[in-house]
Amino acid sequence: MSQSGKPTGLFKNLSAKIAAIPMVLTALVVFVGCSVWTIVYSFTNSRLLPSSKWVGLDQYERLWGTRRWLISIENLAIYGILMLILALVLGFLLAALIDQKIRFEDGFRTIFLYPYALSFIVTGLVWQWLLNPEFGIQNAVRSLGFESFTFDPLYNTNTVLYGVLIAGLWHTSGLVMCLMLAGLRGIDEDVWKATKIDGIPAWKTYLLVVIPMMRPVFITTLVLITSAIIKLYDLVIAQTGGGPGLASEVPAKFVFDMMFVSQNLAQGFAASSMMLVAVIVVIIPWAYLEFGGKKHG
Amino acid sequence: MRKFNTIAFGAILATTALPAFATDLEVTHWWTSGAEAAAIGVIADGFQKSGNTWVDGAIAGAGGVARPLITSRITGGDPMGATQFTHSSAMRELIEAGFMRDVTEIAETQGWKDQIFPQSLLDSCTFEGKLYCVPSNIHSQQWLWLNNAVFTDNGLSVPQNWDEFVAAAPTLREKGIIPLAQGQQSWQKQLMFNVLMVSIGGPELFEKVYSGRDADYAAGPDVAKVFTAAAQARDLMEGSNVQAWNEAARLVIDGRAGGQIMGDWIQGEFNQSGMKAGEDFSCLPGLGVNEYITAAGDAFYFPKVDDAEIIAAQDVLAGVIVSPETQVAFTKAKGALPVRRDVELQDPTPCMEKGMEILKSGHIVESINTMVSPDTVGRVTDLMVEFFADPGFTPEAAQAEFAEIIATAD
Amino acid sequence: MADVTNTMQRPSPAHASGPKPRRVFSRNNIVIYGILVVLAVYYLLPFYVMLMTSLKGLPEIRMGSIFAPPMEITFEPWLKAWSTVCTGLNCDGLSRGFLNSIKITVPSVFFSIAVASVNGYALSMWRFKGANVFFTILIIGAFIPYQVMIYPIVILLREIGLYGDLGGLVLVHTIFGMPILTLLFRNYFSSVPEELFKAARVDGARFWTIYFKIMLPMAVPIFVVAVILQTTAIWNDFLFGVIFTRPDNYPMTVQLNNIVNSVTGVKEYNVNMAATLLSGVVPLTIYFLSGKLFVRGIAAGAVKG
Repeated sequence: MSQSGKPTGLFKNLSAKIAAIPMVLTALVVFVGCSVWTIVYSFTNSRLLPSSKWVGLDQYERLWGTRRWLISIENLAIYGILMLILALVLGFLLAALIDQKIRFEDGFRTIFLYPYALSFIVTGLVWQWLLNPEFGIQNAVRSLGFESFTFDPLYNTNTVLYGVLIAGLWHTSGLVMCLMLAGLRGIDEDVWKATKIDGIPAWKTYLLVVIPMMRPVFITTLVLITSAIIKLYDLVIAQTGGGPGLASEVPAKFVFDMMFVSQNLAQGFAASSMMLVAVIVVIIPWAYLEFGGKKHG
Repeated sequence: MRKFNTIAFGAILATTALPAFATDLEVTHWWTSGAEAAAIGVIADGFQKSGNTWVDGAIAGAGGVARPLITSRITGGDPMGATQFTHSSAMRELIEAGFMRDVTEIAETQGWKDQIFPQSLLDSCTFEGKLYCVPSNIHSQQWLWLNNAVFTDNGLSVPQNWDEFVAAAPTLREKGIIPLAQGQQSWQKQLMFNVLMVSIGGPELFEKVYSGRDADYAAGPDVAKVFTAAAQARDLMEGSNVQAWNEAARLVIDGRAGGQIMGDWIQGEFNQSGMKAGEDFSCLPGLGVNEYITAAGDAFYFPKVDDAEIIAAQDVLAGVIVSPETQVAFTKAKGALPVRRDVELQDPTPCMEKGMEILKSGHIVESINTMVSPDTVGRVTDLMVEFFADPGFTPEAAQAEFAEIIATAD
Repeated sequence: MADVTNTMQRPSPAHASGPKPRRVFSRNNIVIYGILVVLAVYYLLPFYVMLMTSLKGLPEIRMGSIFAPPMEITFEPWLKAWSTVCTGLNCDGLSRGFLNSIKITVPSVFFSIAVASVNGYALSMWRFKGANVFFTILIIGAFIPYQVMIYPIVILLREIGLYGDLGGLVLVHTIFGMPILTLLFRNYFSSVPEELFKAARVDGARFWTIYFKIMLPMAVPIFVVAVILQTTAIWNDFLFGVIFTRPDNYPMTVQLNNIVNSVTGVKEYNVNMAATLLSGVVPLTIYFLSGKLFVRGIAAGAVKG
């Protein structure tokens, strides 16, 4: 539709350009500007305040020699992959079930969605409580007579990430369900009728027909989930504080602690620059294909 | 919306009956728990008596939120009137950059030099000969706290030092009691290790490592003893899964744990549950080995401002903090030691008396926070978090990494 | 054009008719409801525990299981959390920050949505050169951890004289809400039939006329979605609220933090839980009331981005 009466020149679409000024400013000044600022200062020895003493790649050398940083990345990778897959699967499953023209749809939807209204801090606190072996789920099950029942993921180095995952999924999957449900509702009834006639089984219809049609909603969902994964911080703080040991440390927490607790800004900037680079490497090619390559209807 | 504020503000004014020229002074601090809030209330009351208004900027969570808030507000050109901060080198850059107000003049007029004790409190506030902060109280960290009943009920005598404590531990374990309680938060691991450094290693060792930054010494046999003790402590702490220090204190109070290594602020917890020092619980300064304590604590800093009224209010607050009346009531509420030598403690507990004696005898070590940068403290903390969480991490390996940190410390 | 792509994506002809399979007492239904109920327990459990705990007295919490309903219901913790619990020196509970939270949330939600809706409209209907570059940058911006941006943003606000001002905080919320909201609006407006836009252009309508007269009324469902998402995000924000304002403007989350994170002696779990629920009342109510609109709003832009 952008072709409709499209003249050339700087002053064409002038109103649209003026209207886009806040977006352009945000993109250039805040996101690009602050990122460049951060990257530039990651080459200095800034401590509490930005300093202009150049130290080259020293911060990066130190960063990649820091075990906590490496552990943080590994943790985020494990959490991120599991969260992404499980949130999509669980969200889609819930949406598909609710979409079966069931009774009490409103009730079920509200139950699945309400956690998203609460903050990550609250989510972390509640789940820390529920997963506490002394008075949480483990204790409740034991008092039913299952004396040897053990469920204390937060107190074990090997399982703590799954404990965080349980809380993260609880918080986010309802939103994914809603987005997916909206996607399913946006699909024409005719599609179902057609596949029904052709004798294609329901699961196949979902996988091969419905999901590809829901591409835009999947993109929105992906952006929402992955951006939350990368920013993972509050939940860990409230639930585990990064422990036991370093077993649930994440990069955003590393950056924050470096900047404000260790008061080593430049080291924090170096870590955040690495995060930024990782994001850019993944997103730019994808965004080019997604937003740049084709015209929209 | 504005209106609501005015009403709320009016209510505050009315209750305190102020003269017309009252100045609002915003004070940032992270003292939000019961005893702490009562303590800051003492300062606030003293300040409001002068006719000014205290605007409370309480933010729980010292490291996480308060620090970025404080530096942001100051560097962002919208500083608070005064802010609490730990006595440390952390503020140095803000002072160097000229953001903080020099209070030397007040100190001289009020003769702080003769009153404030120990001298090191003022030293760590001093930068290039000028004074930049007002010490409010002293806290020391090198204490082992024991629940007497846990030992006597199990046929043990209450340990008098670290070695006796370690020797008593197996009996406690048999009874299903955690010998040593400790919270999982990272700062507590760092505290634990550095207490062992001072108490097991001794004050000279502590200063040689952090002040002298002697990496070879840090890798040597003297420091190895500290790491052996740390590994012992790690075994004794097994099963202490709580997060916060006061949850760990709760384990000790309830008799589910034998003791805890923690700063003297833990007394507030014992007092609240009706336990009496000496009778119900014991305290071993320097773990009963080397009776040396750090004389650091909290201090207030004043950002530089142009407003003459606020400057006047800052002056008033500085005077209130160190005044004998405030010191008596404030330290009592907070369970801390006063920063003046001419102040008599009000019904001091045996533990506070012990602390005061040690201070007076000059058995004081400098705090790690004034000897090395927050960055170095952070690296030591990360190492200790890993070491205490992983029984497979050998003391030798940890010591080697520690020596590396000391070699590059700043 | 939208229809064309749609048809192209359809692998089978759309001619036959017949509803989706559904029988009332089938085995299918038992499985469906079974799964839904089991999952509902997982989602409800935390809420149940919070609510039950907030209605118990402290002795009962010490004694009983956290899953047991209260033997004696008390509203004391709620009253305390709302009006008397101390958050530092001020002992007036969460009530202190409630108005501030509204004062922050309302303009922040308004401006962030106003800007993002115009962005989405401009991006989908008036695509100008370079628009996609800016949009991509915005999307990347969604992935930057907020903490990283604190320093440069403080400097930025200081330079434009908005630091410490409520306006500065609103600006920060507008900026950080922009990526996701713009994506939502862009998807939504892309699904608006092209003919409508063309007809308006032929009639000589301009950018703003089309936006206010045609698009705005049509886009009510997606505005509802945006309001829900933004209200939740801004109401729950703690970091920006504390760093970019002064104590007299601190939102409720600051008080919540002070109640929940300052622990001395006996932890008052019941008051903590009541405070947690109280601070969540506004977003929770919005979700309870508008869940259906939420789905409807996204549905329009869900398959035709």
